Amino acid sequence: MSTESENIEELVNRRYAHGFVTDIASEGLPPGLNEDVVRAISALKEEPEFMLEWRLRAYRQWLEMVEPEWAHVHYPRIDYNSISYYSAPKSDKDRPKSLDEVDPKLLETYDKLGIPLHERARLAGVAVDAVFDSVSVATTFKKKLSEAGVIFCSFSEAVKNHPELVRKYLGTVVPQRDNFFAALNSAVFSDGSFVYIPKGVRCPMELSTYFRINAANTGQFERTLIVADEGSHVSYLEGCTAPMRDENQLHAAVVELVALKDAEIKYSTVQNWYPGDENGVGGIYNFVTKRGDCRGANSKISWTQVETGSAITWKYPSCILRGNNSVGEFYSVAVANNYQQADTGTKMIHIGRNTRSTIVSKGISAGHAQNAYRGLVRVMPQAQGARNHTQCDSLLIGKECGAHTFPYMEIKNPSARIEHEATTSKISADQLFYCRQRGISEEDAVNMIVNGFCKEVFNELPMEFAVEAQALLNVSLEGAVG
Amino acid sequence: MLDIKDLQARIGETEILRGLTLNVKAGEVHAIMGPNGSGKSTLAQVVAGHEDYEVTGGSVQFKGKDLLELAPEERAREGIFLGFQYPVEIPGVNNAYLLKAAVNAKRQHQGLDEIDAFEFLKLAREKMALLEMDPKFLNRGVNEGFSGGEKKRNEILQMAMLEPDLAILDETDSGLDIDALKAVANGVNALRSPDRAIILVTHYQRLLDYIEPDFVHVLSAGRIIRSGDKSLALELEKKGYEWVREAANA
Ligand SMILES: Nc1ncnc2c1ncn2[C@@H]1O[C@H](COP(=O)(O)OP(=O)(O)O)[C@@H](O)[C@H]1O
Ligand SMILES: [Mg+2]
Repeated sequence: MSTESENIEELVNRRYAHGFVTDIASEGLPPGLNEDVVRAISALKEEPEFMLEWRLRAYRQWLEMVEPEWAHVHYPRIDYNSISYYSAPKSDKDRPKSLDEVDPKLLETYDKLGIPLHERARLAGVAVDAVFDSVSVATTFKKKLSEAGVIFCSFSEAVKNHPELVRKYLGTVVPQRDNFFAALNSAVFSDGSFVYIPKGVRCPMELSTYFRINAANTGQFERTLIVADEGSHVSYLEGCTAPMRDENQLHAAVVELVALKDAEIKYSTVQNWYPGDENGVGGIYNFVTKRGDCRGANSKISWTQVETGSAITWKYPSCILRGNNSVGEFYSVAVANNYQQADTGTKMIHIGRNTRSTIVSKGISAGHAQNAYRGLVRVMPQAQGARNHTQCDSLLIGKECGAHTFPYMEIKNPSARIEHEATTSKISADQLFYCRQRGISEEDAVNMIVNGFCKEVFNELPMEFAVEAQALLNVSLEGAVG
Repeated sequence: MLDIKDLQARIGETEILRGLTLNVKAGEVHAIMGPNGSGKSTLAQVVAGHEDYEVTGGSVQFKGKDLLELAPEERAREGIFLGFQYPVEIPGVNNAYLLKAAVNAKRQHQGLDEIDAFEFLKLAREKMALLEMDPKFLNRGVNEGFSGGEKKRNEILQMAMLEPDLAILDETDSGLDIDALKAVANGVNALRSPDRAIILVTHYQRLLDYIEPDFVHVLSAGRIIRSGDKSLALELEKKGYEWVREAANA
């Protein structure tokens, strides 16, 4: 590199020297995306050089990519220059002082979901000192985890405190240029979670973002990296059943999982982004790249998700079954009501010998919603003895909604055994009348039938989460019939 | 208990009930017989509140209330039970779960607490024993993959748990073998009491050998054309419905 260009770079960097960064930190970045913005984000987070370089590489690749158009969803074009890529954390004086100041409709929903009181305050963004002792709860858990050698922290902390681990694994499952949204995320990601489970350790508790101290504002470009070293085991819970409102329309997260030899990762998500109102106004566009790499022999990665939110959802949690005898699982419930559009599914890439995958997808459509399942099962030539079982069920509530299934199979090894089952059913008037004749209200009857339909997936969720997921589904389908 | 006056109902453009009058008092068992398509199921569905049927005339009072004003679930909670001719399957919904939800809906309506899980199971097992039903049916999906006879027994189980004031059993005996028929009759007879009324819709005299009716009515073309005591059923068995129709027209 010439001296001249170094100087220019220095100059550019200087514009974000400390004092300036403080201003940004309290005011946020103006809308727009260019290299300077990427540098500013990295500087604000006081990242080491390698991280900045990594982001810049991603940004340059993103510039050359085009937004995908093949998903079964429709939305107005996003102007990436109208988005602010770093928004300042809300100051306490702009936040509600107590739950009394929070939108009563939101509180009503919390109530229906049975969310604990102290949790409600945090979710509604009440100023931190008004929130009960969630911090001290988190601290107790942190102690227990560090005793086991588990690292569980925000992504920013990991970059600072465990740069060698971040450097070794970041981008090794979802490369920067994997897709348009992953590249964008790689350039501008704000924060997220980092988990490392050392060799042979069984994580002593379910890890949940709830217990993460820095969970407050991970922003719209979240980045999560979970590494399970040889013979370790972890169950991670993402998200929250409470409706998350956000002014940011676009969310493009990346989640990378790495399971080494004999390791197991169970990743459960209950997501409830604001889906927009009954007329389809507002709501979050959720474009997520989630992928797990069963890198070692006998490893296992299991995705379970219950998805009710977002105006538009586009996500395909996937497994790369690289290790021999590795196992990938995908259990999903996707609900689309009103004008929601969901295009979700999974990819199972069989590379190792005797690899197995299971896909159970339950799609529920109500109102005017469109729900699409898109799944890919690929068996590579070397994947002797690969097996897949796919089950894809759709439930329709009402006449205006739709369900679509797009299974793709690419089988390059003749020993593979692939099974695919698909069903579409409707909640029939006869079923509802039957329940009502037994004294059960129409709404309860719908909930009962829907929960029955989703049972196989709920069974995969940790107990507490399953109860929440059920309540969430009921709230999401309120008014779907009648 | 149930007072139906000059009831007229149709589905779409088709008139089905054409001025039906029937009075059922507490403690009574009524049998309704009649040829296929005469409107027996329609009568049952209209009383239960099925919204596909439009009531175009007449009145239905139940325990002094205007039944036609109430939603189906309200009628059920008030004490009306319909044993369906064709019970629907609800895959994935646990049979015990539906049963418990139904019991609790009624208890809530009566201002009672929810039934204790243990007590519920005990009660369900008792009733199942009476009906000679395997307890494992509790954990299956509602009617999912049940045989015809199993579905009917399941209806009677629900009835036994809900202890309705008025039970209308729509061809519960059709398709049952003799053992199942006896089990079902046991269930129904166990429910008989001076406070309750039962309406049996049936084609066959043989059910009435086990559940003795106080009254027998013959329904034809949406009207009751003849009423009598249980001997009417025997006579029908011998002479067929044509005989009643001719007698009615004469
Ligand atoms: N959903 C429906 N649509 C149109 N016609 C119907 C419907 N249900 C019943 N019917 C007609 O109404 C008449 C009475 O039927 P139903 O009450 O089932 O008779 P039953 O139970 O006495 O055999 C029949 O002619 C039947 O074809
Ligand atoms: Mg009938």
